[in-house]
Amino acid sequence: MDPIVIIGSGLAGYTVAREFRKLEPAASLVVVSRDEASSYSKPMLSNALAAGKGAAQIANATAAQMAEQLKARVLAGAEAASIDTAGRVLQLGGDAIRYSKLVLALGADPISVPIDGDAAADVLQVNDLAGYARFRAAIEGRKRIALLGAGLIGCEFANDLAAAGYGVEVIDPAPRPLGRLLPEVAATRVRAALEAVGVRWHFGTAASAVSRTASGLRIALANGDEIEADVVLSAIGLRPRTQLAQRAGLKTSRGIVTDRFLQTSAPEVYALGDCAEVEGRVLPFVMPIMQAARALARTLAGAPTPVIYPAMPVVVKTPAMPAVVCPPPAMAGAWRVIEDAAGVEALYEEEAGRLTGFALVGAACVRKNALANALQPD
Amino acid sequence: MKTWQCVVCGFIYDEAKGLPEDGIQAGTRWEDIPADWSCPDCGVAKADFEMVEAVAA
Repeated sequence: MDPIVIIGSGLAGYTVAREFRKLEPAASLVVVSRDEASSYSKPMLSNALAAGKGAAQIANATAAQMAEQLKARVLAGAEAASIDTAGRVLQLGGDAIRYSKLVLALGADPISVPIDGDAAADVLQVNDLAGYARFRAAIEGRKRIALLGAGLIGCEFANDLAAAGYGVEVIDPAPRPLGRLLPEVAATRVRAALEAVGVRWHFGTAASAVSRTASGLRIALANGDEIEADVVLSAIGLRPRTQLAQRAGLKTSRGIVTDRFLQTSAPEVYALGDCAEVEGRVLPFVMPIMQAARALARTLAGAPTPVIYPAMPVVVKTPAMPAVVCPPPAMAGAWRVIEDAAGVEALYEEEAGRLTGFALVGAACVRKNALANALQPD
Repeated sequence: MKTWQCVVCGFIYDEAKGLPEDGIQAGTRWEDIPADWSCPDCGVAKADFEMVEAVAA
């Protein structure tokens, strides 16, 4: 029989492979990766400085080690060119692989906004281990970092860099950090705590140009301000990688459209992780990926299994003011806030006091499990 | 006392602190945590051997 082929060696791809292997010790398995296919924890990239880790220490297994562990062929440096869904063939440049089932674990691309200036091309992004290695090399011996984006990744980087002694300026068009995740009262705490460790905020504006100066870079903001920095890092958000699926005629929307079984619109082709839109939702976080990988592994092993999401709190790793958020699936209620000097507990309630989400900041984070258990699986 | 780090999500388990909110007392050694325990941040099972000994901070 033709192998099961997984495209992608990130958390989604390797976790499906690992979970599948537990169920099917002998079935033929191929993992295709466009990068070097080492296994690493992507969430660690935005708090590795504090953990004393460089890019080399973040990788926990090479492609060869993963191949041995998974009893799979791991094809590193192989870009998937096209999929023939009728003939069940994956084209990799010159090579072609026939598959019995194909899993798209393609990930997402960082969103970049158009920026003018002679140093616009020097704006860095960290979306994988290689990007992180470039970023670490760029900040070595430098002091001032400008961050574009005050979302989850931007705030984690800001905290990590400030704690390591860097001067950090964060620019975001929103009025406060973590605007899409936290209610205002909770976001204000994170803002103040990061300010206290040295982060300087520039809200309500965006970078319009980055240019070279004698001593570094100058970032011109839309509001007329200027910031001097040595390195600019963009952490604005992610866009699911859908190009390959589109070329193959698969249905896509924001992500590659799947049902609860992670099945795409093409037979024997599945998608999960940052590239997938599962029943209308794109959930680029660790916990949903783990849930999806386990369900898909069972499906691939012959027992069709829908993904069921338990309450999945998202942890914002900002040690200066830790936060946890379980975003409500629909904004049909209101936040009820309990706060004291040590933290904020914000409960999102619909009619009749039914809890549908929560956000915790500071000392209130210890309530994470109790509240997660109070939420219904979705 | 040691610290252990989840290789999937970076969660750190510190034996000295335990996870009182998870019912794990301060001072609980890694080997004494039940096999059905899972990482509170990402759900990875203890049995998956995906925690590694973290470098002492």
